[in-house]
Amino acid sequence: MDKRATILEILRKVSNKDLNPAPEESLFDSGLLDSFALPEMVSALEQAFGITIPDSDLNPRKFDSIERIEQYLESRN
Amino acid sequence: MAWICGFGAALPSRLVSNAEISALIGKTPEWIQSVSGIQHRRWVASGETLLELAVRAAEDCLSKTAVSASEIGLILVASASAPRRFPGPAAVVAAQLGLQEIPAIDLPIASAGALFGMALANELAPRFGPTLVVASEVLSPFVVAEPIEAGVAMLFGDGAGACLIHPTSGLFKICQVQLASDGSFAEDLRLEFQGPIQMNGRAVILQASRKIPRAIQQVLDRQAIPASQVDRFLLHQANQNLLDRVADVLTLPREKFFSNIAHYGNTSSASVLIAAAESFQQQPPPSGAYVCFAAFGAGFHWGAMLCQAG
Repeated sequence: MDKRATILEILRKVSNKDLNPAPEESLFDSGLLDSFALPEMVSALEQAFGITIPDSDLNPRKFDSIERIEQYLESRN
Repeated sequence: MAWICGFGAALPSRLVSNAEISALIGKTPEWIQSVSGIQHRRWVASGETLLELAVRAAEDCLSKTAVSASEIGLILVASASAPRRFPGPAAVVAAQLGLQEIPAIDLPIASAGALFGMALANELAPRFGPTLVVASEVLSPFVVAEPIEAGVAMLFGDGAGACLIHPTSGLFKICQVQLASDGSFAEDLRLEFQGPIQMNGRAVILQASRKIPRAIQQVLDRQAIPASQVDRFLLHQANQNLLDRVADVLTLPREKFFSNIAHYGNTSSASVLIAAAESFQQQPPPSGAYVCFAAFGAGFHWGAMLCQAG
């Protein structure tokens, strides 16, 4: 499964919604993801991609869209 | 390590329903409850003040312990909503309690202020004697300050709590303390002199969801006990969803985390003491039981404290 598909699967799981946002669409402003789903999504990303996201990187803006999540994960490679 | 002798609380008289808040923020009462767990909160009525609440909470605490006011050697007063720049409330609260010529120290720390006060009292009580920790907040004037933010206005309540820490005896022995601060997030939750409260809720929740469970795990690991062995967790009552998240991260039943946020909202630094006073009044812990306190707030400041019932 490619990176984007994995991210989408995580988003669907933590939001309990069958969503399909555009890559650049804000997950928060569009209401797709609420504040309390965000920490769950970050934990799921760590697990799925085998990384530890340090507290200093826990800026909601880094996880605001599929595109930004991809960019963050790329920066960790 | 010192001992906790008891807790006290004082709540203002005005009950503010979600329906009343709804009219201010354009959201439904059901929305407020779903995003916070809050059903209503208490706000000060005319004539009720932060100082009066602090003194009432302190008197309630002292009435439940065998320590008289004259034995107190130090008072620490936490508040993020003191009504003036200086002097802070500590000296005035001490004077109103009749405490003469003892040090009275202000802790201008929101949310985690009481926990920091308890931790400092643990260190200072052996030097100064029985130490009274008070936390008092009147945040309601700031949450209704324009521009009103829905996520802020629905969240906060007013109230005060108190705790007495004794160097040699009490109900709970303090076993482990973990405190931390990180000012790189200072802009994410703040109250400037002119208000209103500015909160980046997503950043706060994201950080708190990590840091609270980690601090709890640190004190448990140092004491070499599993989380499942803790009788109850008394956390800063920030938001019901956050309490549930912390329980889930620690893979513990949510019922182990005492909650009264439905009735009082988030009373910032006072909340953990109000929760403790209510929890122990409802159900005293059995001898030997572990109790864990934890808090997180603006700064960010956060930490945890593990105690054991004597």
